[in-house]
Amino acid sequence: MNRAPLGLRIAAAAGLLFLHLPLALIFLYAFTTEERSYQFPPPGYTLEWFAVAWNRPDIWAALGLSVRVAATATAIALVLGTLAAAAVARSRFFGRDSVTLLIILPIALPGIVTGIALRSAYSLADIPFSFWTIVVGHATFCIVVVYNNAVARLRRTSGSLVEASMDLGADGFQTFRHVVLPQLSTALLAGGMLAFALSFDEVIVTTFTAGQQTTLPIWMLSELIRPRQRPVTNVVAAMVIAVTFLPILAAYYLTRDGDRIAGQGK
Amino acid sequence: MTDPAALSAVRFRGVSRHFGATRAVDGVDLDIAPGAFFAMLGPSGSGKTTCLRLIAGFEQPDAGSIEIFGAPMTGVPPYRRSVNTVFQDYALFPHMTVGANVAYGPMVRGVPRAEREARARELLALVALSGFEDRRPAQLSGGQRQRVALARALINEPKVLLLDEPLGALDLKLREQMQVELKSLQRRLGITFVFVTHDQSEALSMADRIAVFNEGRIVQVGAPDEVYERPQTRFVADFVGGSNVVEPDAAERLGLPRGLYSLRPEKIRLGEIGFAGTVETTLYQGAQRRVVVAVGSDRLAVVAPAERGPLPVGSAVRLFVPPGAAHRMEG
Ligand SMILES: Nc1ncnc2c1ncn2[C@@H]1O[C@H](COP(=O)(O)OP(=O)(O)O)[C@@H](O)[C@H]1O
Ligand SMILES: [Mg+2]
Repeated sequence: MNRAPLGLRIAAAAGLLFLHLPLALIFLYAFTTEERSYQFPPPGYTLEWFAVAWNRPDIWAALGLSVRVAATATAIALVLGTLAAAAVARSRFFGRDSVTLLIILPIALPGIVTGIALRSAYSLADIPFSFWTIVVGHATFCIVVVYNNAVARLRRTSGSLVEASMDLGADGFQTFRHVVLPQLSTALLAGGMLAFALSFDEVIVTTFTAGQQTTLPIWMLSELIRPRQRPVTNVVAAMVIAVTFLPILAAYYLTRDGDRIAGQGK
Repeated sequence: MTDPAALSAVRFRGVSRHFGATRAVDGVDLDIAPGAFFAMLGPSGSGKTTCLRLIAGFEQPDAGSIEIFGAPMTGVPPYRRSVNTVFQDYALFPHMTVGANVAYGPMVRGVPRAEREARARELLALVALSGFEDRRPAQLSGGQRQRVALARALINEPKVLLLDEPLGALDLKLREQMQVELKSLQRRLGITFVFVTHDQSEALSMADRIAVFNEGRIVQVGAPDEVYERPQTRFVADFVGGSNVVEPDAAERLGLPRGLYSLRPEKIRLGEIGFAGTVETTLYQGAQRRVVVAVGSDRLAVVAPAERGPLPVGSAVRLFVPPGAAHRMEG
């Protein structure tokens, strides 16, 4: 067996610790008895914060808004991302590379730029903040995730399948429905889950496009500033980790035999 | 050529298709008779597949016109042509069962489920795959996949069936068996088959007409024996069965009138009379031996029956060229 040098193994362990220790602390302080400040080690352990969190209507409202925003943005991304991928992967039209770049750009742009851009656009067009202004903001990066997954799958799908379908009498729409879409399904499922996870914990773009509404991450941010019932925030954070981590894990397994998951890094 | 009785199944007039600087198909005229088993034969890259794709409608000609049973095909998409294709990689839909693959054509045309499934069963029986309806393409052997592709392409009752190197992926035994089956299938159905191959023996044994392609052009069209016995150019003589190309000088030395000739190796007799030569290379091929004999400064390939015994390199032989064995070519 070939073992890595000791120094390298220590570095890897340190790296993993650095990445995961803060996450572990979040879980730890969800159980602390001290509610005003974080001290180490926690003076005692309790489950009461889970009950407190359960009974707070503001958490439920924020959670509801986040889920609705993520679901809607993902749905929009699935439709537009797939169509864009189909257009780019299958044809060689003028300006194709520029279109690709334009679709990828929102995920490369800092969220703060996207946020400011959207906010100025809304105020220029006199659009009041609403559920939909947040959804549009999130859709900009959700589309990229779906698009990347779909494009990778389409590249691997044999072009002759599409030709075989046309040859047998199917027009473009029938070919898309009966041949292309089934080939894409797992890639779309994976892309959709990632998009949902990205939208669910998004803060920056949301800050610029939400007005007075509070999504769950925004709620957490504001809650951290108040030194009261802090562990409730940790309880919610732990839930958010679970909700966003599971889809990413599922997406990873769905696309493992083949293309890499695109856009994980947002 | 406007005689309606002589309506062609497929007609090309001055058809060209260029990809950048590559002249994939270059000014091709072609007439394929209804009910023919037509072979497009040529080396790799000679434009055969592109010709097939032009007929199917996956490519549009840059110049010239294509007609199928008299109907001009300009601007007609693949799904409106009564032509179906057996793809080189079969292109079976991996997410569908064999039955659904075969029934795909009627399905997209809106044929009711019971009817199209019955029809798919008929077609699968035709290609000897009854009972395979519920399998997935991945669970089939190469030969079985090919039959499914065939059944799927035939279910729409096309007027012309296109086959791109249909036997290329099969092993030798299966290939010979499928050659016979394809031939008899075509005879029974009476559909025009156009198939592409780079294998001259396959073209000779299956087709009733052969077009030899070279560099995007058709260099000769004719019945198999015609193409084989009377090649018109050096390229055809060499490509279709490795004939000896006899240059004008060598022809004079062989006692022929000055000119370019094709001389089939199996027509030269090794015996007691004729030109003296030495065996240079010898290749045992089972039923026969293919030897290259040096006669003075000339080299001639000769095929000798195996029972004639071994012909070791360096042994002295005599070659007899029967009168009329050499065929004079144009260039
Ligand atoms: N879509 C394409 N784009 C660019 N070049 C092509 C394309 N299709 C075919 N060619 C070129 O055209 C020539 C003929 O190709 P093809 O018809 O596939 O030949 P064959 O089937 O006889 O091997 C080749 O040089 C090939 O590289
Ligand atoms: Mg080819």
